[in-house]
Amino acid sequence: MMTNPGNRLTQGQFSFLPDLTDAQITAQIKWALKHGWAVSIEYTDDPHPRNTYWEMFGNPMFDLKDPAGILMEINNCRKTFSSHYIRVMAFNSSRGTESPAMSFLVNRPKKEPGFGLVRQESEGRMIRYTVHSYATDKAEQERY
Amino acid sequence: MNDAKTNSSAVPDKIDLEAEFQSSHIQEVLDKLDRELVGLKPIKTRIREVAALLLVDRVRRQFELTSETPTLHMCFTGNPGTGKTTVAMRMGEILKRLGYVREGHLVTVTRDDLVGQYIGHTAPKTKEVIKKAMGGVLFIDEAYYLYKPENERDYGQESIEILLQVMENNRDDLVVILAGYKDKMDRFFQSNAGMRSRIAHHLDFPDYSPDELMVIAKLMLAAQNYRFSAEGEKAFAEYIPLRMGLSHFSNARSVRNALDRARLRQANRLFNSRTKTLNKMDLMTLEAEDILASRVFVDGKLDGDPASGVIRK
Repeated sequence: MMTNPGNRLTQGQFSFLPDLTDAQITAQIKWALKHGWAVSIEYTDDPHPRNTYWEMFGNPMFDLKDPAGILMEINNCRKTFSSHYIRVMAFNSSRGTESPAMSFLVNRPKKEPGFGLVRQESEGRMIRYTVHSYATDKAEQERY
Repeated sequence: MNDAKTNSSAVPDKIDLEAEFQSSHIQEVLDKLDRELVGLKPIKTRIREVAALLLVDRVRRQFELTSETPTLHMCFTGNPGTGKTTVAMRMGEILKRLGYVREGHLVTVTRDDLVGQYIGHTAPKTKEVIKKAMGGVLFIDEAYYLYKPENERDYGQESIEILLQVMENNRDDLVVILAGYKDKMDRFFQSNAGMRSRIAHHLDFPDYSPDELMVIAKLMLAAQNYRFSAEGEKAFAEYIPLRMGLSHFSNARSVRNALDRARLRQANRLFNSRTKTLNKMDLMTLEAEDILASRVFVDGKLDGDPASGVIRK
């Protein structure tokens, strides 16, 4: 049964929608900056849902007023890691929240093999399930 | 078919430049500039010209007469205290009103903020500053320090190259203003021809005349709820030309320092006569004696001037 044709990764905001255009990304970042959140860019080639910590592309960008600078960094990251997953995060540092307030994908590989379900039989008739990314079967450089 | 197309499109036949001018509220900003900045005729003229250009540009766009966005990178040269930073701050606001920049904030940096201390440190540092300034104005004070010809391994050159690239490619995103003393900036541009050609507006800030400095002094005092007495004003009018003749005269900044010292003496005078009852006017007024006590009058030297020996209270 195909529940997700094309195996598009669905993590973070807007991930069920078509990819955001640069203008839409700019609008989203503007929203984040308006709230005073620090925006950062991260990338990975292992998008397992439990892989919370992606690689940071540069430091988080504090004290910015305008999204143009962040878009410039996003494009730099796209150029460097053209076939990786890239996400933009906005961190809300206000006391009591101190966690990411936004997170959305801005780049995905051309071909996304998706995830498989591995069933492991254990004691009795118990089954342990594992979500397994097909891409991680290959070496790091060859994944996407 | 072509005719139908032109008729249906939203291009207007006529445009009321006056209405456009009113709606942009530029006049308010220009008036404010006239009111709060004394003198600086050439600067004000140029700002008016830039405002006119941007306004006409906006109208042209409505007629679909496309033209490249004009470069508005600027270079402010002039002696210390002639109002370079103040004008730069206004520039952000003006350009925002005209829709040239989106935010209109001012990011002030010097060499230390742009140039790193070891290999690979400069580029991220410069880029971070540029990102912060995007949507506004990047003001580089004493820009000539970026280039140090005596040290060929200086990282300043790297910073200049990144700036050049951004000034060319991100023209819509930020306006770069360089500032510094005239002779040093000229030398800087001689060795960085690329920088010179990317800056469209070279503005030279003239020194203030004694009359203008007097107006500035009064504005400064009014902003702090002080005023001169009639004799005080006369004394300060005498003070200005004397101070101008001394070394390290930095225009409005020297005036501000002189006023700060006069306030100090006024406070001291009031304190010493504390048996008297004071009214509000006494607290606001700088008398002639507060100004005449300055070392500039007494022996033609500055307060705290190392040559003058004992520092006067």
